[in-house]
Amino acid sequence: MKALLAKVWANPMTFLGALLCLAIVLAAVLAPWIAPYDPADQDIISRLQPPGGAYPFGTDQFGRDILSRLLWGARISLTVSLGAIAVAVVIGGTIGMLAGYIGGTFDLLVMQVMDVLLSFPSLILGLIVVALLGPDLINLVVAIALTAIAPFARVARAPTMALKERAFVEAGRALGFSHPRILFRHILPNIMSEVMVMASLWMATAVRVEASLSFIGLGVKPPTATWGGMTRDGFENILDAPWLAILPGLAILLLVLGLNMVGDGLRDATDPRLRQE
Amino acid sequence: MLGFVLRRLLAAIPTLLAVLTLVFVIVRVVPGDPALVILGDQATPEATAAVRERLGLDRPLLVQYFDFLGSALQGDFGNSLVTNRPILSEVRAVLPHTVDLTLASMVIGVAIGVPVGIWAALNRNGVIDVMARLLSLIGLSFPVFVSGVFLLLAFGLHWRLFPVIGSADLNDPLDRLHKLVLPAMTLGLLMAAYITRVTRSAMLQSLGEDYMRTARAKGVPRRRVVWVHGLRNAALPIVTVVGLYVGILLGNSVLTEIVFNRPGLGKIIVGALNQRDYPMLQGLLVIYCFLIVIVNLITDLLYGVIDPRVKAA
Repeated sequence: MKALLAKVWANPMTFLGALLCLAIVLAAVLAPWIAPYDPADQDIISRLQPPGGAYPFGTDQFGRDILSRLLWGARISLTVSLGAIAVAVVIGGTIGMLAGYIGGTFDLLVMQVMDVLLSFPSLILGLIVVALLGPDLINLVVAIALTAIAPFARVARAPTMALKERAFVEAGRALGFSHPRILFRHILPNIMSEVMVMASLWMATAVRVEASLSFIGLGVKPPTATWGGMTRDGFENILDAPWLAILPGLAILLLVLGLNMVGDGLRDATDPRLRQE
Repeated sequence: MLGFVLRRLLAAIPTLLAVLTLVFVIVRVVPGDPALVILGDQATPEATAAVRERLGLDRPLLVQYFDFLGSALQGDFGNSLVTNRPILSEVRAVLPHTVDLTLASMVIGVAIGVPVGIWAALNRNGVIDVMARLLSLIGLSFPVFVSGVFLLLAFGLHWRLFPVIGSADLNDPLDRLHKLVLPAMTLGLLMAAYITRVTRSAMLQSLGEDYMRTARAKGVPRRRVVWVHGLRNAALPIVTVVGLYVGILLGNSVLTEIVFNRPGLGKIIVGALNQRDYPMLQGLLVIYCFLIVIVNLITDLLYGVIDPRVKAA
């Protein structure tokens, strides 16, 4: 584990990605203390101010401070994507492990359902679920999780199938351990690293999907600040105030890039084919 | 070849049936009575009942299901609740725009991604490789609406090279192409990023194989070894990724269509969601999945062309 971490940190791209993510997480956590203004405070006299002066990143069409809204918006991006991936890991992982462990018709049936889920474009599936359930924080988490369950089921299933034939699992069975105990105490720790690498890469996707849904108008409702929603507002004022669309767009890009860099680094460090090099 | 095609077509049937079933379930398990949604909260029970009858919602679920299945298999998805026109003809009217966009983005993606990926693999860990890896990582981290807005700002508003609004005249090829450039670039760059990565890793693997060394030893020129022997063997994973990402392209075309105000499937689906046009949604979902199943089929067929061993299996 230590060697693995050392390898991850030795890669400058991973290190940079981790720094980016850390900075954004800190900004989100500290938002109430470091944001110069209340994100919903309107200052109609200073609407559409360009960056600089009292408003370092400018103001939007209602005179709200962009920097403060960006800081608060980071909370939504991180909460929704973390929540969605956590749900997808737990549900998808459990489904995959059960399918791999039980096998037979159950496996066939469950994986067929997963394949069908995979055949919907994920953004379209998310779009429909949020639109039908109604856009709020919980439903966003549910919708994004739903698009990610099938891939996690797949990634958990394959190693479970291989592990259940191994001697230590058979020994457990011979000792009379219950199936849940074998699954969660003995198989789970062995597939954790693969699932976690996948989770880090899917975090990036989740952030992107949340931002996309907010951009379409299906995110957490205004006046709550979301990066996707801010980009949408900026897009509507693009002729007068291009920074309104550029700044939140850059924020999303930096977070997704940071997560992808970390995910890539983790994957390279755990991939046995790359390990020999 | 015909046998191979037929086998693959047969294999797609259970998937399509499952998709139809899932679509039926999704649209029905979601809370909210479509009739109430259409009429609003103030509707009288009589009016609600009439709408339910018109939509066929008063019949038993199983009857509705088989009715839906039967009509869908004949390509009949019913009429839109909003325009009252057949869903298939609404879709057919905008489908060329979506197909244009998808194909053009794929072409841009392959045209940039394959050469850059090969170049990076040939210069492994060199400056070009590091640049290619960094740029492709940035490319795939760009949410489509962000890159779309950036391209629109730069090429549409600042330099004014391309039109900002993209409802092209389908009968005017030049206009169609001109308005396609920015949206296709937006999605094409995302595709290019994915394809660069997979080409690079597939080429790295292929470059290390014995037959590559043998070919070089026999005196085959390096260019030919790379582009013919190497690429042919790296083609399978590249085709797989291109096929897989058509789904991502279709999904992201929603965003591109909003940013560039282009007609297309994505635009209708957002409209149908806003207006709670359930039959339209149901039809669109099936059509999306159908398109993806078709693309998977084409991908499978291409496998057979690229690697004759696949066909035999």
